[in-house]
Amino acid sequence: MTGTSLRTYLLTRLALVVPMVWILLTLVFLLLRVAPGNPIEAALGGHVPPSVVKPIEHRLGFDKPLLTQYGDYLWNIVRGNFGTTITDNRPLSQIIKQNGAATLELTFFAMLIAIVVGVLIGLVAGRYRDTPVDIGGRLFGIVVYATPPFFLGLMAQLVFGVWLGWLPTSDQASPLTQALLQTHTNIYFVDAIWDGNWGALWDIVKHLILPAMTLGLITAGVFLRLTRINVIRTLRDDYIEAARARGIVERRVVFVHAFKNALVPVITVVGLNLAILLGGAVLTEETFNWPGIGHELVLYLQNRDYTAVQGIMIVFALVVVGVSVIVDFINAFVDPRIRY
Amino acid sequence: MPGRSRRRRALSSEAVLQVRNLRVYYGTPGAPVRAVDGVTLDIGESEVVGLVGESGCGKSTLGRGILGLLPLGARADGEVLYGGRNLVMLPPKELRRLAGPDLGLVFQEPMTRLNPLLRISDHFRETLKQHEANLSDAEVKRRSLETLGRMGIPPTRFNQYPHEFSGGMRQRIMIALALVLRPKLLVADEPTTSLDVIVEGQILALLADLKRNFGTALLLITHNLGIVAEACDRMAVMYAGKIVEEGPVREVFAEPAHPYTRELLRSTISLETTELHSIPGSPPNLIDPPPGCRFHPRCPDAMRVCSLLEPIEQRLGEGRRVQCWLHGPQARIPADGELPLEREAIGVADEA
Amino acid sequence: MTYVPPARAPRTPHGRARLIALGRATKPIREASGVARAMFWSGVAITVFFILLALLAPVISPYNFNQYKADGHRFAQLAPPSAAHVFGTTVQSVDVLSRVIYGTQTELEVVAIALAMSLTVGVPLGLISGYFGGILDRFLVLIMDAIFAFPYLLIAIVIAFVLATSSIGGGILTAAFAITAAYVPLYFRVVRNHVISVREEPYVDAARALGARPRTVIRKYVFFNVVQNVPPIATLNAADAILLLASLGFLGYGIQPSQGAEWGYDVSRAVSDAASGIWWTGLFPGLAIVLLVTGLTLVGEGLNETMNPVLRRRRFGRFEFEPVAGPVEEAEGAE
Repeated sequence: MTGTSLRTYLLTRLALVVPMVWILLTLVFLLLRVAPGNPIEAALGGHVPPSVVKPIEHRLGFDKPLLTQYGDYLWNIVRGNFGTTITDNRPLSQIIKQNGAATLELTFFAMLIAIVVGVLIGLVAGRYRDTPVDIGGRLFGIVVYATPPFFLGLMAQLVFGVWLGWLPTSDQASPLTQALLQTHTNIYFVDAIWDGNWGALWDIVKHLILPAMTLGLITAGVFLRLTRINVIRTLRDDYIEAARARGIVERRVVFVHAFKNALVPVITVVGLNLAILLGGAVLTEETFNWPGIGHELVLYLQNRDYTAVQGIMIVFALVVVGVSVIVDFINAFVDPRIRY
Repeated sequence: MPGRSRRRRALSSEAVLQVRNLRVYYGTPGAPVRAVDGVTLDIGESEVVGLVGESGCGKSTLGRGILGLLPLGARADGEVLYGGRNLVMLPPKELRRLAGPDLGLVFQEPMTRLNPLLRISDHFRETLKQHEANLSDAEVKRRSLETLGRMGIPPTRFNQYPHEFSGGMRQRIMIALALVLRPKLLVADEPTTSLDVIVEGQILALLADLKRNFGTALLLITHNLGIVAEACDRMAVMYAGKIVEEGPVREVFAEPAHPYTRELLRSTISLETTELHSIPGSPPNLIDPPPGCRFHPRCPDAMRVCSLLEPIEQRLGEGRRVQCWLHGPQARIPADGELPLEREAIGVADEA
Repeated sequence: MTYVPPARAPRTPHGRARLIALGRATKPIREASGVARAMFWSGVAITVFFILLALLAPVISPYNFNQYKADGHRFAQLAPPSAAHVFGTTVQSVDVLSRVIYGTQTELEVVAIALAMSLTVGVPLGLISGYFGGILDRFLVLIMDAIFAFPYLLIAIVIAFVLATSSIGGGILTAAFAITAAYVPLYFRVVRNHVISVREEPYVDAARALGARPRTVIRKYVFFNVVQNVPPIATLNAADAILLLASLGFLGYGIQPSQGAEWGYDVSRAVSDAASGIWWTGLFPGLAIVLLVTGLTLVGEGLNETMNPVLRRRRFGRFEFEPVAGPVEEAEGAE
């Protein structure tokens, strides 16, 4: 019986993805069409003669009625065509492949650090509530979250890069490494291991440390707080008391009953906080000149490249929805109560 | 004097649990709440003892206090003698070891007492392995299924999750979990209060049979006199943190000695009830209880002495005792003490 | 006994009744455990400090936020902290301390506007949507949930980007709108969820059964109940909004440099200074962000700990058991 209910849940959940994605895509479309002024002109720097603007408008379909544009827009997305940038004529798919991989590398390691640091301290803080360990842990979480990534990154660059000279302060890898590295997945870390190129791997890791730690620590603050609250809540649950009444030793009560049950909602939270991570990633990429999608977004925004901005927003929307579905899947797998 | 010690010795050779002068107070920013304020009670082997009282009289606290499951800020004083040891003085780890194989507790609200992420089989395995580590998996399963079977849960459902069971079934699982370890004493705190009447009947039948099937003594805590009449051998009536009357169920029902017991019985609704009867007023503040006998503000038979001095416990016969000035001792009542107590009618505001 | 009707309770004078109600409302804070109170009050202290800074900026600040000379002399450029310039100067010869102080004004002003707007839009929408349900509710929920899943920064950036080219232009209002857009779904969601749980409560049902109009029911019963949830969320939200504004400023979408000082913008200017080892242009504005956000978060967390029944922890008193009085033991068969 549990098998089929899990499957039904998954299917239902997948079906719900469609309306959400559709709404987000529509919002992105509307937002950028609603902006006043001619987007092409703006992208080309304004004061451009119509003779230059008109062909581009035609190529990008801006001269068609709005509803047709909308239809084409959706149809293109379904086929995987997210558009081409106005300013430098790059297809979005290329941006996703190259810069997307860099962002993936950064956010993966940042998330890893955030989970390990945040959840671990959160568990301990919740268990030993109101002791110095808890207070210290909470303050750490609060202060670290209050630190914007660009500030923490700046200070880290100053200390570790400029004063101590231990670590590089920008880019994904040194030019030499980039030149020599073979491209398989576009994720430098993976590619270096693939080739067994340990020198390159070390260089890549050195470049990863500061940005990943910066982004990771800040997100850790969020996870710390949420894990702690969940542990406190779970320890108050009735089945904890019932387990104690059966003589289960405290250590087992805490680890098997309290922590495990407390972590279940944390899984959801981790997924939902991807939004925070993505926002922080944009800032971190800016600070460290990391060639990820966030960095590209900022550049295209500065250049007023509407199609580029629209395309990148679509990517973000799809990623956000995709992750929330995956999180729900994992949740349903772990918690037997959540199945329609 | 010699009669007393003989009676005492006889009691202690049978009693599984002896509570002596137990006090459990809850800490507050001000004065503590005196939830259990000097309770003495014996529970004999395979006996079913009912503990009755209104909400807030301290009976739940008493039940939990015995097992040491008190919330933060609560402390106990006195003696709870089990197997020659005073449980009040035991370090928590020792007490935890007794919980389960010696002393069991079944809670009121079965819906939330099982870990939603663990199967029933996991609950049983954990419980059995905690106390009898050398059991084989097969033996664990056999004993679990056997106990569950006695509770009416079929083996096909052994691997299911808690949310797949109804409230009544979950309560039966909880009872089975408690009994699988064969405790000497089971404390059941309002076990059927949140269940419907039909299920209640089934569960009561199970509990009443404990001594036959498992040889376990049972302390049944409830506010429902009907349950006590049906399932218990002896009963103790609790009011404002003290036991005001105790005795065999039949005798207490036939001839209640304490006015509170009498009023409780009269308030019970049955098929013969023609008119609703209730005890005016409300239970007293346990931080600052009334002087003298705590029931005196609401007692229809209150005398002057009742508002001045706490009543002294009297034995009315074999296994029967009461705390009420109506039963003496004559010698201790001051002059004029037996005159009726004058007091204002209890206003509506007092009942709020 | 003849029945004596109970005397009417004396009426409490209006003023005293208000005090009693206030006392009851703040009871959780007064009874809270030490840690929650310490957090709450230290957070309040920090926040009040910054509010004072903002209010008294023209008086306290040594110079104006974009002042680069005085008495005809231009200030030193990129000067390290000294007696004349306690926090040093920027590449444009502006005093860093002054920028930090005036920056407080910008941060608090923009965030206050944004929060007011978010509340004004989000709370009523949530109330109506939650109470009346139906198609409107479904529609709103779908949209709000979709936006809510999106990173706040990205929402804000896009709105700021779109507005910047419009007639409003860049500046305080744009930043405020951008932040509002990001947080309206949050308030909508919280309020709506709470309204739905309150809507089913027996006392609301009773009011409806008595014939109360929806407007009355919402106003008297639902609103006050729901609004109690808002302060902890609003303070934590304010903390988040400051971070959001600073991030916008860092990326260049905050206010115009001519309108005022902004901490995030200052940090972005300081990035190029870092290569030369110049630390004071970035450190002080950054620390200001950290301190203010920490203060607001402490207030929010303190409130949460005191008001949230799940987390609340009362102080227990210590007490001693008095020895039992003698005479009771003499009775036959007694204890």
